[in-house]
Amino acid sequence: MPGSDNFRPAATWERLQLRAALLRRVREFFQERDFLEVETPLLSADIVIDRHLEPLRTTLYDDPLRPDDGRHLWLQTSPEFAMKRLLAAGGQALYQITRAFRATENGPLHNPEFTLVEWYRVGDSMQQGMILLSELVDVLLQTGSAERISYAEAFEKFVGLDPHRSSLDQLKNSATKHHIQLPAVLHSDRDAWLQRLLTELVEPQLGKSGATILFDYPATQAALARIRSGDVPVAERFELYVNGIELANGYHELTDPQELLEREKRAQQQRIDEGKFPLPSNHRLLAAMQNGLPACTGVALGFDRVVMLACGAKHIEEVLAFPIDRA
Amino acid sequence: MASYNTSDFRKGLKVQIDGEPYLMVEMNFVKPGKGNAFYKCRLKNLIRGNVLDRTYKGGDALDAADVEEINTQYLYRQGETFVFMENSTYEQYELSAEQVDDCWKYLKDGMPCQIMLFNEVPVTITPPNQVELKVEYCEPAAKGNTATNVTKPVKVETGAEFQCPAFIDIGNVVKIDTRSGEYVERVKS
Repeated sequence: MPGSDNFRPAATWERLQLRAALLRRVREFFQERDFLEVETPLLSADIVIDRHLEPLRTTLYDDPLRPDDGRHLWLQTSPEFAMKRLLAAGGQALYQITRAFRATENGPLHNPEFTLVEWYRVGDSMQQGMILLSELVDVLLQTGSAERISYAEAFEKFVGLDPHRSSLDQLKNSATKHHIQLPAVLHSDRDAWLQRLLTELVEPQLGKSGATILFDYPATQAALARIRSGDVPVAERFELYVNGIELANGYHELTDPQELLEREKRAQQQRIDEGKFPLPSNHRLLAAMQNGLPACTGVALGFDRVVMLACGAKHIEEVLAFPIDRA
Repeated sequence: MASYNTSDFRKGLKVQIDGEPYLMVEMNFVKPGKGNAFYKCRLKNLIRGNVLDRTYKGGDALDAADVEEINTQYLYRQGETFVFMENSTYEQYELSAEQVDDCWKYLKDGMPCQIMLFNEVPVTITPPNQVELKVEYCEPAAKGNTATNVTKPVKVETGAEFQCPAFIDIGNVVKIDTRSGEYVERVKS
């Protein structure tokens, strides 16, 4: 770490001013549409159970002489659980601008602590959710109306295969042909191959002129999106890209508590199989969903990346006052 | 042996793969929103110079390579062995003709050279970027031809041949760039 200059901010004042201006625009956007700004705890006993999200843990201690003894709390990886509890308790259109934390995510587009804009509106379909997202990104980055392409169409177009029906070998062969590698332990993991193909061949083609929304993900990558049955069942999940950079992830939300339990069990098992520590399986979202989560669509937008695109930054550090190495 | 975890991965790291030292020349963290985290690395073999692309997942680790650069001077050649001496300790290091590779063309007695040690054993040498070598033999200089694009083979004091402009003569000193093996200029004596 370069020594004495580390007290200085990484972002220029000009970029910090741009951040502030964009934050103001986000608030205006949601105010104009009658969304309520809410705040929920960063520190929580409940945590999203996801195979690929690594939360940070801290200890709420009673005795200052023994700071390691006490109840474990988690820094949120997103405000998803808390926002949905508010919806289950009568919230209609809610948004918040908050910090989220994810260990192990550090790179040109990732800082372990980052800013999320997350919103939900009761009654919205996936289509309506995509329109609202497109409008917000247009306000922030002047991208116009977002182009939409399904996950299957995008793979057909940029990879030349059907992502839902291709065999593991077909995915492997296609990746190998394009010199795309996957660590050996993941070679029988269909989703890992799909992700590598998406990252290398599809994403760079998205949002080349304006914004592109990719939608209808494989059911195996549903996370907390609802699965729409059909010829091939797909997850009603969507992501928005500008310049090949993923900015937002949205779901037509899963509302079935039984299905939530099953997915969490699967994610937990995958974590254990990979040698990761298990995450607490009791949480209040389940109770909220049993009580009744209204049908809704929700989106999380990576705010730091929006600022990056607005000013042409190549590294997330350039838009943060104090990125993790200076935090 | 020390090792680096994926969270330590960065440009400039020296690591060991299949028993050979590599320099991480590029590193990129990629992670789709709801997917695996991958570390895409471009690695340059520090002995042979070839480049590898490797993708690792979070939690993978690479052994650290014990690599050190030392400053030496070239002493002499004995058959297939080249002998160098470290400037500060006077310790002598021997490299084979295969390790010295094309660099024999530039080696003059007393010439400063960097030697890379891998696990304390010398593996490669780096001569200065430009060296001055005396011409031992060439066809007679073409009178009046000062063009540098007309070249001829010129044999220098190390026994190596370089393409030099036609106006170069026996006894001249030429400057050669060791990175490209190309003639730079005639050195005024």
